[in-house]
Amino acid sequence: MSILVFVEGDQGKIKNSSREAVTYASSIDQSSVVALALGSFEASELEQLGTNGANSVLHASSERLNEGIIQVYAEVLTKAMEECGAHTLVLAKSALGDAVAARTSILSNAGMASNVVALPDLSDGFSVMRSIYSGKAFAHVKLKGANRILILKKNTVELKTNGEPAQIVQFSPELNQEGFSTTITATERVSGEVLLPEADIVVSGGRGLKGPENWHLIEDLASALGAATGCSKPVSDMEWRPHHEHVGQTGIKVSPSLYIAIGISGAIQHLAGVNSSKVIVVINKDPDAPFFKSADYGIVGDAFEVVPKLTEAINASK
Amino acid sequence: MKILVCITHVPDTTSRIAFVNNNSEFDSNGVQYIIGPYEDYALARAVELKEELGGSITVLHVGGAEADPTIRKALAIGADDAIRVNAQPEDSYYVAQQIYAIAKDDSYDLILMGRESIDYNGGQVHGMVGALMNIPSISPVMQLNIENGVAKITREIEGGKELIEVPLPFVAGCQEPIAEWKIPNMRGIMSARSKPLQVVEPVDSDTMTSTLKFQLPPAKGSIKMIDADKVEELVALLKNEAKVL
Repeated sequence: MSILVFVEGDQGKIKNSSREAVTYASSIDQSSVVALALGSFEASELEQLGTNGANSVLHASSERLNEGIIQVYAEVLTKAMEECGAHTLVLAKSALGDAVAARTSILSNAGMASNVVALPDLSDGFSVMRSIYSGKAFAHVKLKGANRILILKKNTVELKTNGEPAQIVQFSPELNQEGFSTTITATERVSGEVLLPEADIVVSGGRGLKGPENWHLIEDLASALGAATGCSKPVSDMEWRPHHEHVGQTGIKVSPSLYIAIGISGAIQHLAGVNSSKVIVVINKDPDAPFFKSADYGIVGDAFEVVPKLTEAINASK
Repeated sequence: MKILVCITHVPDTTSRIAFVNNNSEFDSNGVQYIIGPYEDYALARAVELKEELGGSITVLHVGGAEADPTIRKALAIGADDAIRVNAQPEDSYYVAQQIYAIAKDDSYDLILMGRESIDYNGGQVHGMVGALMNIPSISPVMQLNIENGVAKITREIEGGKELIEVPLPFVAGCQEPIAEWKIPNMRGIMSARSKPLQVVEPVDSDTMTSTLKFQLPPAKGSIKMIDADKVEELVALLKNEAKVL
């Protein structure tokens, strides 16, 4: 019985979070991991999934699958589960993965858990630990039904990179015309930046930066660290930064290894988006900023003085 | 335009999260309940669409009578009537089946909900309802306009957005900035009291998951403060102690 892993690309490259999902599946059963890729990909990019733990890659290369239409993808995922006799489907958390998996759970009669943070417990059926209340708690959930779908939070497993390249198997499911009533007319994607939910390090700025014209401070530090940039809700509400950078309760929830918050006071709604980070650094000129209570390291100081020095120190330490 | 808005009844975002009865139940003691923030956005957009295109808004909730004040608030914001399915929302699948049972016989043009509830953060119900009804489901939706029976949607993706066109009917999981939250005015609050709130019994449905127990994260260790003039110490700590650089 194989485990199917839906892998997503971004600008032709398989996302790191998808590679993690492959490693997660191989930690459950290293002999039977099938990665599923939809749309155009270079063969070398897919073969490399073997290094992360995939035994083979099912590739539905039809150009009609280049765009992620939720209804179409859910049907293809369901057919792929049947094709390889998989009872378990694993995906990385993403805007597309979340939406597709929910539909797939109905089509494939699967019990489903989102925001899974650990390997499953197979001692009595199939149960997983998942994050709830925006990272403020966990639930241990037993999955019922003939099949199971797991959506993983980032940083759930250490990425494996020492496997053998995987063999690619072509997959040509019949595509139901109905789903194509939805059309994607344009995609706007900032190029060249590290994607916020994919990033291992995130540098975020808040109102303490005083205006969008000062964002070079955040960007310079992020670039020194190879990090993605984020922001607080007020900053996105005032349109200093685009909405897809908003980290918090109603924005993106991140779980990087390192989260650096600059000029953000740490309202509970912001913490809900970052509390799964491994290490949190807070830089704020107000020593009473509530964020310091949730941080691992803190500096009380003016962002305009501290941040350039920090960027310099990071560059000097390389 | 006939719009169904499905809402959750969830602890306020500032609530202290704790569990009782050997970590088997949420401790609702002293907790203030609200309409889920994502559904608050969905409802606000529904009110705007009704103002623009005419029609009606029905609010649907799956839950016990304790949610009635939350449902009345949705009526005060601008929904015309409400349905409460009188059952505990056991899991996403069960809730989706209850919504499907209501929606399949009534021809709604739009079914709006939040991208996810803020208690379980599942983000599953919109997709499940879409699949059960065999109509498109789109999430997370940050802009929604209707022109000549076709919806023009902006959907958030990592690092940007996607523009989508989809024929009605469909299900949308909404998020900001689809509309500004609306605060009920006195007239809305008064009229909400007399708007119909129909209580219906649930249809038979399985659940696909069961919660075994809850757990709180380990408490954060104490913070290490670094002098603002010695940022290189922070770099050294991140490298050698935290091992994240």
